[in-house]
Amino acid sequence: MEFDLAFIWAGIIAFAVLAYVIMDGFDLGIGMLFPLLHDEGERDVAMNSVAPVWAGKETWLVLGGGGLMAAFPLAYATVLPALYAPITAMLIGLILRGVAFEFRWRANDKTLWDISFVAGSTIATLAQGIALGALVQGIEIAGRAYAGGWWDWLTPFTILCGVSLAIGYMLLGACWLVLKTEGELQARARRFAQRAGAGTLLLIGLVSLWTPFLQPSYLDRWFSWPSMAFSAVVPVLLLGCVWALYTGLRGAGHDSRPFLAALGIFVLCYAGIGISFYPHMVPPNLTIWQAAAPDSSLGFLLVGALVLIPMIIAYTAYAYWVFRGKIDPKASYH
Amino acid sequence: MLPDAIDLARMQFAFTVAAHIVFPAFTIGLASYLAVLEGLWLVTREQRYLTVFRYLKTPFAVVFGMGVVSGIVMSYQFGTNWSVFADKTGPVLGPLMGYEVLSAFFLEAGFLGIMLFGLDRVGPRLHFMATAMVAVGTLFSAFWILSVNSWMHTPAGYEMNAAGQFVPADWWAVVFNPSFPYRLVHMVLAAYLTTAFVVGGIGAWHLLRDPDQPAARTMFSMAMWMALLVAPAQIVAGDMHGLNTLEHQPAKVAAMEGHYDSHKGAPLILFGWPDDEAEETKYAIEIPHLGSLILMHEWDGEVKGLKAWPKEDRPPALIPFWSFRIMVGLGFAMVGLGLWSGWMRLRGRLYESPWLHRVAVAMAPSGFVAILAGWVTTEVGRQPWTVYGLLRTVDSASPLDAPAVGASLLAFVVVYFAVFGMGVFYVLRLLSRTPQPAAVDDEATPMHAAGLVPGPARKLEAD
Repeated sequence: MEFDLAFIWAGIIAFAVLAYVIMDGFDLGIGMLFPLLHDEGERDVAMNSVAPVWAGKETWLVLGGGGLMAAFPLAYATVLPALYAPITAMLIGLILRGVAFEFRWRANDKTLWDISFVAGSTIATLAQGIALGALVQGIEIAGRAYAGGWWDWLTPFTILCGVSLAIGYMLLGACWLVLKTEGELQARARRFAQRAGAGTLLLIGLVSLWTPFLQPSYLDRWFSWPSMAFSAVVPVLLLGCVWALYTGLRGAGHDSRPFLAALGIFVLCYAGIGISFYPHMVPPNLTIWQAAAPDSSLGFLLVGALVLIPMIIAYTAYAYWVFRGKIDPKASYH
Repeated sequence: MLPDAIDLARMQFAFTVAAHIVFPAFTIGLASYLAVLEGLWLVTREQRYLTVFRYLKTPFAVVFGMGVVSGIVMSYQFGTNWSVFADKTGPVLGPLMGYEVLSAFFLEAGFLGIMLFGLDRVGPRLHFMATAMVAVGTLFSAFWILSVNSWMHTPAGYEMNAAGQFVPADWWAVVFNPSFPYRLVHMVLAAYLTTAFVVGGIGAWHLLRDPDQPAARTMFSMAMWMALLVAPAQIVAGDMHGLNTLEHQPAKVAAMEGHYDSHKGAPLILFGWPDDEAEETKYAIEIPHLGSLILMHEWDGEVKGLKAWPKEDRPPALIPFWSFRIMVGLGFAMVGLGLWSGWMRLRGRLYESPWLHRVAVAMAPSGFVAILAGWVTTEVGRQPWTVYGLLRTVDSASPLDAPAVGASLLAFVVVYFAVFGMGVFYVLRLLSRTPQPAAVDDEATPMHAAGLVPGPARKLEAD
């Protein structure tokens, strides 16, 4: 039986990026909510709710980048120059955010690294949203190289995507706090989540209405028969998640309901982008198979990926299990 | 004249990779050292090994964290600044880097958490296994990355496809390309020596304050054994690596030696000022025939000079000439310190020799300098190629405008100096504390099951 290795690898990389987005998304969201928290005590609790599981998430981002170069070198070589400024900003944001986790507890005054944490989270998130938007609006390729200018990524649409992702991450972060905290902080997180939830839905609507008009193929995918029958599933499921989020934030069900609903919204939006893109890796012209490395490269790395990725998933799940439950603000975590 | 986009991209890569290599160079050696310490503690049950282990664990975690964030940058540099290189070599080099992520990150991230979890939670045996796995993970990481780098110096096992990409023909030949075994041994020994000199410097610093400090004695003694035994081994490994370079990249060796003319019975130029325009090494102080003796192991062996290659295929000579001398000079200084410490040990004065300790403190950073000098030698010496003899550096870069590359370079420089400068300051502050037998901060070490970096450790008492 012949395996379509390029298709399998597109799936692996899509999975790695999704894993990164939903897992680091709520950390970055908490980073952006940081200034809205009342005092150092609340900030300590918020940071402690993600600190133990933060760093493993970066593995997925490196896997997304490294895997893309291995499996789709042409996509890697055209997308990254096209998104030069946002990618650079994202990397710098992640440095500022990442070191704050550790340095904050070593400094005499936490303020400097609180600022670093907030600024890094905000920069990284806006850059990720803008990069995604720039990819959706299409990347100009001539021959085997990026052919556009170095400001092409900056358009009203990409700005909208950056803001949307920021609000969306704040929703994830606030829902995570609802899950992990109690009392006054939890009540405040609920109010944050209600506002961020409303904002997220509004922005998803705007981006969804705008997207089909960026590329003719997107319009076909969503509004012509028979593909419409399949793609219509996404908005229907989305409505289900919105209902779960709404009721969850009003107190129904377990404290995990808003978070799971918000995750569902992210997964569905991601699936929606995937539906728009397929079969392209880099819209509008580069398909998965054009961008792929030869089968000898894909097969060589696939052997390792099939063994090691399940192990990574296992230890990640274990870490979340170990740190389940509410954060006790009085526990001397440090 | 303003630098063009390619020069800026080269500066950016040189800066980000040089900043990055400092951290893993230290953690590769320190991970193995921590495993040795814990193993010795398990076997002998002597408290001093555990004290040193706990003392060095926290600085390890901070440095490891800086290695991770600077490493994420590296995984994107190939695409942002060197997209043509990435497209052409991706099918060959991408999977090797993919294995680095999957195997090394997995081992390190999975077991670092348990290693920092605290002995009390998982028991000494499982904990020792975790420490050993972290050490193995750092070595896997070095294995794959050095394989990638070596392939750029001595490409093998590839074919070209219609799109002009390098594609794998024989994975065994790709991974174990001709310069890889030499480079791997040379770099791993370098990382071990770097760690040994840092640990020796810390030990010496505390011995200067209190010659009876037991943990300081352990650190200093173990480090000086490393200097005595490993520094000479590194000279042998370096010589073999040099001979391998002579076989595959003779132009690089000519630049390192400052030879423009080919000659039989070539002299060894000790010092001088290589001038690529004039095609001669000015103000040369040389020893007749020694160059041939060292390189060819023959009195009258013929050594090729740079003029044997067309000008556009030559590396610049000045930088490799001097960086090579810095590396070699530090290598011999390390051997010297090792011998001195051996002599003092024989006389039973290892812990009561303030001048030995002062020199050891001064030489604490020597490994970092030697590693950077060595990498500068080999990478500048590879020019003008990214894939040696096959793909030129000028043909490898992304189609970018100079202001874009310059702005990102500036951003990286500012952020790196600020952030990693603070990080190094925090590490030094941790190390300025005297090691305490029952590490006071241990009970408060945060739980941390999986993650590349430890959770925020408790604020220090000393602060």
